[in-house]
Amino acid sequence: MAKAAETPPDTLLDKDTALRLFRMMALIRRFEERTEEQYTRARIGGYCHLAIGEEASTVGAIDALEPGDCLYASYRDHGTALAVGSEPVAVMAELFGKETGVAHGRGGSMHLMDVQRRFFGGWGIVGAHLPIATGTALALSYRDLPNAVLCQFGDGAVETGSFHEALNLAGVWDLPIVFQIINNQYGMGTSVEQSSAEPDLWRRAAAYRMHGERIDGNDVLAVREATARLMGIARRERRPALLETITYRFRGHSVADAGKVYRSAEEIESWRKRDPITRFGLHCSERGLLEQDEIDQVWSDVAAEVKSAIDEALGAAFPDPDTLYEHVYGDSAWREQFSRMRAGAPFGERGEERTWQT
Amino acid sequence: MADLTYREALRRALDDELARDPDVFLMGEEIGRFEGSYKVTAGLWQKYGPERVRETPISEEGFVGAGIGAAMMGLRPVVEIMTINFILVAMDQVINHAAKIRYMFGGAVGVPMVIRTPGGAGAQLTAQHSQSLEAWFAGCPGIKVVAPASVADAYGMLKTAIRDDDPVLFCENLVMYNVTGTMPDDPDYTVPLGRAAVVREGSDLTLVAHSYTVQRALRVADTMSRDGIEIEVVDLRSLRPLDAETVAESVRKTSRALIAEEGWSTYGVGAELAARIHRLCFDDLDAPVERVGGAEVPMPYSKPLELAALPLESKIEAAARGLLAESGIA
Ligand SMILES: Cc1ncc(C[n+]2csc(CCOP(=O)(O)OP(=O)(O)O)c2C)c(N)n1
Ligand SMILES: [Mg+2]
Repeated sequence: MAKAAETPPDTLLDKDTALRLFRMMALIRRFEERTEEQYTRARIGGYCHLAIGEEASTVGAIDALEPGDCLYASYRDHGTALAVGSEPVAVMAELFGKETGVAHGRGGSMHLMDVQRRFFGGWGIVGAHLPIATGTALALSYRDLPNAVLCQFGDGAVETGSFHEALNLAGVWDLPIVFQIINNQYGMGTSVEQSSAEPDLWRRAAAYRMHGERIDGNDVLAVREATARLMGIARRERRPALLETITYRFRGHSVADAGKVYRSAEEIESWRKRDPITRFGLHCSERGLLEQDEIDQVWSDVAAEVKSAIDEALGAAFPDPDTLYEHVYGDSAWREQFSRMRAGAPFGERGEERTWQT
Repeated sequence: MADLTYREALRRALDDELARDPDVFLMGEEIGRFEGSYKVTAGLWQKYGPERVRETPISEEGFVGAGIGAAMMGLRPVVEIMTINFILVAMDQVINHAAKIRYMFGGAVGVPMVIRTPGGAGAQLTAQHSQSLEAWFAGCPGIKVVAPASVADAYGMLKTAIRDDDPVLFCENLVMYNVTGTMPDDPDYTVPLGRAAVVREGSDLTLVAHSYTVQRALRVADTMSRDGIEIEVVDLRSLRPLDAETVAESVRKTSRALIAEEGWSTYGVGAELAARIHRLCFDDLDAPVERVGGAEVPMPYSKPLELAALPLESKIEAAARGLLAESGIA
């Protein structure tokens, strides 16, 4: 276990913070609800994983990042992108596959990112981004930078080999990284108890002599406090940690899953009572930090913001198919390198005699 | 003869084999309660129980390896990898182990395991979930790779694969699960591995394909037939062992060969076949062997880009017409 935290627990101190956290969770909730609707209207394709119910685990953790910190996430990443500050319109445009999307329509729902804000991606292969995030922590350490990495992933990812290898590397190399398990209690339809021989996932840290900790992931302040503390230790002492935030997804695994076969209506209902946003709203009003009319105002503001994001994204252009081959390689010599491959080459055939191959 | 979907045909084959042989068991993510990510195994967990329809954590390397070890003991595991993209996590087990064991052990023990996995693109699943990687495996001695393109083959080949004494990578296709077709009533119906099928006869050009691309090829043949051009479509069915003889017989008749596949052409199925056709049919060819594949880019998400990357009918047809024009038929 890590030493006791040196900084005092970061509790909610002021109204601005309260408003910021509440507003972001509300924005994500509305964004996700409208995304679901846009999907049923066939404006979004592919897989689409909503994070409704998990807002506190995302927002609390990301709010604790400092400039220069780096972030990794899984494919359940719409809220992640919004929380790092990506423009809602650019995120929605990405879901629509538009050129103005965060990845110019190349990545879609599962692969959002915002490199300028050091959000290095939503990733689609479960567990695979843990070693990558570890490498980013290695780079921070190598360059002697004062920052750390926050790597978020689901409970299912804990069962991959990558999880073990990444945590061991981070431990043995003393890397500045916090691994955050967003434990929503299910992989697709498989519960943590069914898939994990040690369902107290945070205990896995002990195998790497790493600090491990489990907190209520539907309490945005608890998440923020724990993340700030562990990231602080990572930044200052180059010590990794494993943080498990317990939460619940109200929807199915993806929009294709009704989410009902493998869990009971009572279970879903019991978690609705612990809705992270309602709960935080109550917390704030009880302490006189937010008035009811301010809360109402936030909800109508975010609804308007999401609506205008949708409207603007709808009007944006799709990528030009002629740009299909851009960004496969980036070295300035690539055209020259591939120039003699001729027909069947990745690029050579465009505009030549065998145009059908593109 | 009964009409079934490709998905139902696979399920029936699994059901029949589970009933026939107590050594057969299924293993994979979400294949029980959740009924399989693509619902192929629906109902089997209820029918055969959690020992024979074994749900796994997200541990591909672990449970493919476990399948190998169980198979070395004489069990017949049928492992489901949710999509072929995730098999890369277990690549070491497949290539360094399943494919090597019989040979390295001097024939003392084999690995009678099937890995079922769907591939294919077209539903905007993007770069990490849209690949057709079967050619990579088909280049490796020690495993067999099959890719049925019809309902009857899905049933007959899965049964054969399960009864086979060697590791078989059984490539399904996401787009095909809902395709319907007729299936023979014969409960003993099986399809041998390593035998291609001429699924449409024609005299002007041989169009070779596997998996879902066979359906595209048949549609191209229909279209071109309206212009009096008769295309012979060969469904490879099996990539390793590869039935080059059936392809060569067809090319000897038509004098032209086009290979279409959804994977990347470079070092792909078409590359392999082109080499064999040039060797087997050198004197019969009226035009160079041609191939069409997926655009050589990581699959983009956006619909217009994805359409530009897929080897759609229009591209196959353009290639076929190009070949015919090159050799004097317009
Ligand atoms: C290596 C790998 N295997 C299987 C899948 C298919 N898959 C996608 S999401 C998922 C469940 C992941 O659950 P969890 O890590 O808990 O994240 P959650 O979806 O709950 O956020 C599975 C099995 C995959 N993407 N990658
Ligand atoms: Mg989960």
